[in-house]
Amino acid sequence: MSHRAQDGVEEEFGQFAGTSRYIVDEDLQADVNAAIALGRPLLVRGEPGTGKTQLAHAVAEGLGLPMFAWHVKSTTKAMEGLYHYDVVQRLNDSRFSAIDGVDVRDIRQYIKLGVLGRAFRSEGRVVLLIDEIDKADVEFPNDLLRELDEMAFTIPELDETVRARHRPVTIITSNAEKELPDAFLRRCVFHYIRFPDPARIKQIVNAHLPGLEGALIDAAVVRFYGIRRVAGLRKKPSTSELLDWLMVLARAGVRPAEIARKTPFLSVLVKQEKDLELLAGKVIADA
Amino acid sequence: MFDLLLLNLRRNGVMVGMGEWLALLDAIGKGLAGTLPELYRLGRAILVHKESQFDAWDQAFQATFAGVELPEPLSAAMQQWLQQSIGPQRPRREIDMSDEELRREFLKRLAEQKERHDGGSRWIGTGGDSPFGRDGSASKGVQAGGGGSRSAVQVAMDREWESYRTDRQLDHRDMMVALRALRNLRREGEQELDLDGTIDKTAQNCGDVDLAFQPARVNRVHLRLLLDTGGSMSPHAQLVTQLFTAASALKGFKSFESWHFHNVPYGHLTEDYRSGKRTPIEDLLRAWPAGTRVVFVGDASMATYELFQPFGYYGGAGAQLSGLEWLQRMRRQLPHSVWLNPDPERWWDHPTVRAIGATFPMFPLTLDGLRAAVQRLRAAS
Repeated sequence: MSHRAQDGVEEEFGQFAGTSRYIVDEDLQADVNAAIALGRPLLVRGEPGTGKTQLAHAVAEGLGLPMFAWHVKSTTKAMEGLYHYDVVQRLNDSRFSAIDGVDVRDIRQYIKLGVLGRAFRSEGRVVLLIDEIDKADVEFPNDLLRELDEMAFTIPELDETVRARHRPVTIITSNAEKELPDAFLRRCVFHYIRFPDPARIKQIVNAHLPGLEGALIDAAVVRFYGIRRVAGLRKKPSTSELLDWLMVLARAGVRPAEIARKTPFLSVLVKQEKDLELLAGKVIADA
Repeated sequence: MFDLLLLNLRRNGVMVGMGEWLALLDAIGKGLAGTLPELYRLGRAILVHKESQFDAWDQAFQATFAGVELPEPLSAAMQQWLQQSIGPQRPRREIDMSDEELRREFLKRLAEQKERHDGGSRWIGTGGDSPFGRDGSASKGVQAGGGGSRSAVQVAMDREWESYRTDRQLDHRDMMVALRALRNLRREGEQELDLDGTIDKTAQNCGDVDLAFQPARVNRVHLRLLLDTGGSMSPHAQLVTQLFTAASALKGFKSFESWHFHNVPYGHLTEDYRSGKRTPIEDLLRAWPAGTRVVFVGDASMATYELFQPFGYYGGAGAQLSGLEWLQRMRRQLPHSVWLNPDPERWWDHPTVRAIGATFPMFPLTLDGLRAAVQRLRAAS
């Protein structure tokens, strides 16, 4: 397929096909490429441990682009991603006079761009990750609507607009729990990462822990899905816990047959006390 | 056929906006969906934003494309459509339209189509140089139906997303936004730098830095949610649960608790209505700080004796007061309280509802009602 953008520049899409460490399924690959082609953010949701954040790293690696990651916390404000005017530093410098090379009269010395700002300013195309957007205040996504639409924002202190030269490949992750505002959702291409099936999870294990004994992986994966199927678990073990568990099993030299009889190092897989109690009282049916 | 998809989606509750629809057209124009399975995937990614609506998408997709004779699912149909709209020998036209222009164009075409809609399978492009079929790359699309891949309609018919459905009428996010207005931020937290004050004082100090501090803002509001969990409330259980989730997910209240009662609180409240562990109301009223905001949620309708007679239906030892007297007592000690009623207002003409409505300011449990209730609670501060 050949595609031309409006200005004749070859658009970069239909390119992302996963990386050696990140196994991507066809659906996800198509959605990533659709988001890139449309210049819209890709909103990725799914239960924890399905590799939402990893996806952004993989896209950056796969396309060979630098990545800017903004990890959102409960206290994060939209403004922080754009820029910060360090008045306190300026006040301090003005009082205790210029430290070599710093011109207090130049306001630019005290305007520091945030992650979004730096991503927009960069010369080439970049991958922008806004991680766990649902962690912040309910209004947070709305505060970023215009910035993500236009990939630009204004710094009133400088009377200047920071505008992205190339629309960043934007990937936004969210845990499935909370609702995001409609206006925000409408602007995104949406992908829901489902929990991988056993065949795919074996691929993932092989990509991360090459050289593990096949029989051990098989036995562990069977047990892993058996545990995930137990009703009433507060926190189902996820991919990252499976990888940790396999690593521990391999280090400890556990034999595949032992996994089938009992579950050694169960606490690596299941971390909540209530869940451990629940499992202790149950015979886990093999998947 | 394609506009039917839009209709089917809206009929299934997926409110597709014009922006998304145009984005889909744009993506199709870019050749991202040459086959029906690709359209299935692409359409879902662009038009649907919640996994809870994936099932609705499946159904709409199936309703639209099932039984439609498309031997080579999409490419042929699209090719035909593109041929019709662009014409084979016309020069291709690059589209430099803004969203706004595209939108106008789209509406124009849609209107045209309405005029000569005769059940045909043509989409929106009837003019010569449709901007919605640019590049005609769909004609080069991957041959569909080949290999062992299953058709998109088959996938849609599996309805594997059914369990992800929620069908919530009232978004709990809306409730959170409404409840957030309850926050009452006061400066009484830890000391933090007061930037404006520092600049002022520094200026007054001839440029010598003079730091000013002020307490950080903290939310002082204590919130209590008292829920009627009786039988007549079960139709509203989902709504009430949502309100509860919204209130408890909202960070920043100084304290938040929820309590349960049946019909009206007869002398006690229960923490968890299943466990049935009772706490006397007097203890709670003493424990809750002055100015606590209290939201009652209940349908307020019951048999009259349950409200007006002492030893009400659930009266036991020590229950000397009628339900109404308990409520009046609570109201006196909790001036910042409101009652949310999930029943529609036209049902409120009932003796017990009237009596409770005379005791507490009563609001319907709708978004507007919730906002009004929050206003009322704020005004009382």
